[in-house]
Amino acid sequence: MRDHALAGDPYVAEYPELLPFWEAAGQGTLVLPRCLSCGQTHWHPRMHCPWCRSGRITWEKATGRGTLHTFTVIHRRDAPDDLLAYVALAEGPLMLTRIVDADAEALRIGMPVFVRFMPTPEGRHAPFFAPLAADPQAAAPPVR
Amino acid sequence: MSFPHPAFIAGAFEHPTRHAPDKSTARLHAECAVGALADAGLSLDDVDGYFCAADASSGIAPLMADYLHLPRLRHVNGTEMGGCSYIAHVGHAATAIARGQCDVALITLAGRPRSSGQATGTEIRTIPPERPASPFEQAYRWTVAGIYGMLARRHMYEYGTTMEQFAWIKVSASRHAQHNPHALLRRVFTLEDVLSSPLVADPLRRADCCVITDGGGALVLVKPEIARALKRPRVGVRGFGETVRTNEAGRLDLLQTGAAVSGKRAFEMAGLTPSDVRYASIYDNFTIMVALQLEDLGFCPKGESGRFVADGNLMAGVGRLPWNTDGGGLCSNHPQNRGGITKVIEAVRQLRGEAHPAVQIRDCDIALASGPGLVMGAGHAHATVVLERLS
Repeated sequence: MRDHALAGDPYVAEYPELLPFWEAAGQGTLVLPRCLSCGQTHWHPRMHCPWCRSGRITWEKATGRGTLHTFTVIHRRDAPDDLLAYVALAEGPLMLTRIVDADAEALRIGMPVFVRFMPTPEGRHAPFFAPLAADPQAAAPPVR
Repeated sequence: MSFPHPAFIAGAFEHPTRHAPDKSTARLHAECAVGALADAGLSLDDVDGYFCAADASSGIAPLMADYLHLPRLRHVNGTEMGGCSYIAHVGHAATAIARGQCDVALITLAGRPRSSGQATGTEIRTIPPERPASPFEQAYRWTVAGIYGMLARRHMYEYGTTMEQFAWIKVSASRHAQHNPHALLRRVFTLEDVLSSPLVADPLRRADCCVITDGGGALVLVKPEIARALKRPRVGVRGFGETVRTNEAGRLDLLQTGAAVSGKRAFEMAGLTPSDVRYASIYDNFTIMVALQLEDLGFCPKGESGRFVADGNLMAGVGRLPWNTDGGGLCSNHPQNRGGITKVIEAVRQLRGEAHPAVQIRDCDIALASGPGLVMGAGHAHATVVLERLS
């Protein structure tokens, strides 16, 4: 961990066991912890299963898809508004996040969203979400 | 047969200040302690149990006990559960007294967020990395008001609740606060005033959020023998409950608060139901949170809080459930951004018949004080007490 490129990010360094999540995030991939004993996933990640209590956790590539569960527009005097949200991931868990590349007026509870990674000031890339209509891959013809 | 109360609240004191730029937080703790002990007819020399939380000397209880100089101390409890810590402390102190671990328990809260220029409802929080969820929260610039704005929107989506219904909660608090000379906001709000105040976290507006104040409060609990000897009306601790509502590892129902657990336990211990409650102090950090707790405590069915709070149903002398008759956190006081202790204090005033005459409930014999700590979805704690006036 000490020599890792993300070692200077205190939010990564504090949890060495979660390094695979941030490495995948840096590649633009959302991974979720999945329990090898009971098969269930959870959020936020930890290395013990909160459901069956097993310590056998693997990282699994997620679809990156979800639906907007609820949101708010945070108004700030000296900074741009933020679209804070809870997204229900296609895999099940509810995740606190922020919506990007969207107008507040266009947001609706239940609308499909997809993950988009953005760099944080500390160094790691974090998962944000955007409305599915803004997904360039969604607009492309299906691969045959 | 009367209920076997393990302990009695003999002293209660709310600091009258709402802005204390020239006093330390430690001094405010001391002033609150002295005030509550004087109210009981006791002194710091009588205290043998001390209860405090993170606002007291960085949450290190022995340091505040040292500062207060409590020479007889034999029981210390520094349980930190955010804003509801002090409601939980009432239960912890009653338990300690019942077990003989102490006879005179002191609970204190104080802080100075107003003097420090904090605007906790809206400012971007830096979350310490040691909190296990921090790596997955820090990047989103969440604010406390933002979290509760999301809950309000979801409640409106699921149950058709309106912001006008939520606004009744603020209107009711302000009707009460006009009679409280110490309240930060004494003006009476109309529905229009609430619905035209600036948006903070859409759909929540500034008037949906509690005030930010300096100040504090203290409570003194004593064993039954001491309560009988003192010259104050006896307020018995009849039931208490507490819980931590986890984020369910991602399966959280955002609209269910810990009140569903802490309230149920408190009522079960008391052998009472919500219909027995003559007065309710319910922590009002945001209007939506009052609505959710009313449902989870059992005062109305899930989803129906909007209709329940409308038309003044929470107003003393008007509605079925008089609530936060001091003006609550929405209008009067929210010292150190922690509303737990003031909830218990106003419940004690009501039970003693010492509330302002304009809001005093007649024959108030059973009261409830209930509230959350920390933030929904992130280690949200909750505590409830059921108190009884003995004649």
